[in-house]
Amino acid sequence: MSAVENPAPAPTSSGAHRLRPKRAVGRRDDTRLALLFILPALVGLLLFYFWPLVRGIWLSFTSWDILTPARFVGLANYQEMISDPVFWNAVRVTLLYVVINIGIQTVVALVLAVLMQRLSRSIVLRSLVLTPFLVSNVVAALVFLWILDFQLGIGNHFLEWLGVGRVGFFTTEAWVIPTIALVNVWRHMGYTALLLFAGLQAIPGNLYEAARVDGASEIRQFFTITLPLLRPILGLVLIISVIGSFQVFDTVAVTTGGGPVDASRVLQLYIYDNAFGQFNFGYAAALSVAMLVILMVVTVLQYRVTRAGQTDLN
Amino acid sequence: MSTAATATARGAEEARPAARPPSGTSRRRLSPGRVLAWTVMIILLIITLFPFFWMLRTALSSNSALYAEAVSLMPADANLGGFQRVFGLQETEQAIAEGGSGASIDFWRYLVNTVLVATGITVCQVFFSAMAAYAFSRLQWKGRDVVFGLFLLSLMVPVIFTLLPNFLLVRELGLIDTLLGIMLPSMFMTPFAIFFLRQFFMNVPTEVEEAALIDGAGRVRVFFTLIIPMTAGPIATVSILTYITAWNDYLWPLMVSYTDASRVLTVALGNFTEQSPQTGPDWAGLMAATLVAALPMLLLFMLFARRIVSSIGFSGIK
Repeated sequence: MSAVENPAPAPTSSGAHRLRPKRAVGRRDDTRLALLFILPALVGLLLFYFWPLVRGIWLSFTSWDILTPARFVGLANYQEMISDPVFWNAVRVTLLYVVINIGIQTVVALVLAVLMQRLSRSIVLRSLVLTPFLVSNVVAALVFLWILDFQLGIGNHFLEWLGVGRVGFFTTEAWVIPTIALVNVWRHMGYTALLLFAGLQAIPGNLYEAARVDGASEIRQFFTITLPLLRPILGLVLIISVIGSFQVFDTVAVTTGGGPVDASRVLQLYIYDNAFGQFNFGYAAALSVAMLVILMVVTVLQYRVTRAGQTDLN
Repeated sequence: MSTAATATARGAEEARPAARPPSGTSRRRLSPGRVLAWTVMIILLIITLFPFFWMLRTALSSNSALYAEAVSLMPADANLGGFQRVFGLQETEQAIAEGGSGASIDFWRYLVNTVLVATGITVCQVFFSAMAAYAFSRLQWKGRDVVFGLFLLSLMVPVIFTLLPNFLLVRELGLIDTLLGIMLPSMFMTPFAIFFLRQFFMNVPTEVEEAALIDGAGRVRVFFTLIIPMTAGPIATVSILTYITAWNDYLWPLMVSYTDASRVLTVALGNFTEQSPQTGPDWAGLMAATLVAALPMLLLFMLFARRIVSSIGFSGIK
């Protein structure tokens, strides 16, 4: 909020004017100095954000193995994509992953956030909750590869003890995507919970007091006060999480490499395979464009549906 | 993971007064609802922390004993063999006998590479971002809002889309398989760092800056001797977040690095499953390796937990 409310430092200061008219702090123009200050950032922006955007789109209209010169092929890559079953499978698998990952993660994070708010706001608790977020996706993936190992994993021993029987978490087509989704829930739930927790702090406490006076139960308070008032923040958190979730790569690459068969070949992995496995950079670029379009559509839809950022307070 | 940084909203650092007095909660200390709530909380905490314990337990075990004692909570046949293999301190024959791949893996090298990459990225990115943030918050110039808008726009570009073209650019610069090549795309700025710092620079009272200018200090000097020291806290926060992000990055270094010369920890770990010996993976060694990769960030986190935890929030954009 503070960002919006104090836009720029007050440009004029009459006191300074009077004291040093030659070097007026007021209506000055720092253009040259400013250029110097933003130069490195601007180089980074143009070279590593905007130029790749232009180049990526251009590449998607070419056929290129990076050794011989690129050839313009028009829409050929896109035509190939539309009739490519592996691409559609990748879209399906990625969507499935996002739905499971975001669905579970949001519910668990919400529970965690409300529990933290109601039970204890200790910084130790919040730190513990955040710990998995501090390790890399790769580390998280490998630890669970071990915990859920079919033969030796403690997870499977536990399931056997429960009488459920062992599950080939990373090796069966039905389980591989839910498993990878859950690994990433583990890594991100605490972080998401802290974001939601921050949102909860903004809900006026007197609403709860009034509800309590009226005898509303905790559950009722959650559904009539917490959830509706958290919606703008929840919407933003969802948008950010979904964008991240769509780009899942690390966990899959380290644990299954896309298998069994293509059951976990998510979009990002398919893009990587095309570029670095088959040196098919044009096609990989076209796939990236498809991913960009999917992300944009999903983000706009979410924004509409959740009315993210628009508060009902006031 | 740039989403981490994107979401960590700006301006969250000022201590927020407790939103609600803890009214009534202490009186109902033992209600069944509270017991249930704590139970759920504890279960979630166990799920959160158990993998760390299991990492340590496995790393201190020996591979052969892991078969027999798959479920005991204590290390099976406790020894440091896993860590010795990770740092290449074991003879090849012994490593193979203990279930290692025998391949020479030199984690010192990867550790040093990772430290260099993360440090290089952090120092440059935070410094350049701070410079830009200063220009966007304290300098008056034409086109400021337009240019700032461009930076805002870059937040919308998904990482995936920039990876391939960035790889090609780094390749054309001849920086494939170098540490500089890994660092380059994130060295100049991230939109997040600029927004985050701009927020705090704007809160530095104008009078302080003007007083210094009146005393004859130039803008550059004001930036270094006034703005940076006065916002040391937020600068530290953004540095830590950047460092952790750089340390944990996988896909980009995987694209750029091909040999040990530029291999970082995440990439080395990712290779592990491909190097498994015939007898099955060297789990003890692998868990020792993941610990080596994770521990520095966990320690950093322990030191700065309060700062990191309180920087996560949405107070800046709600």
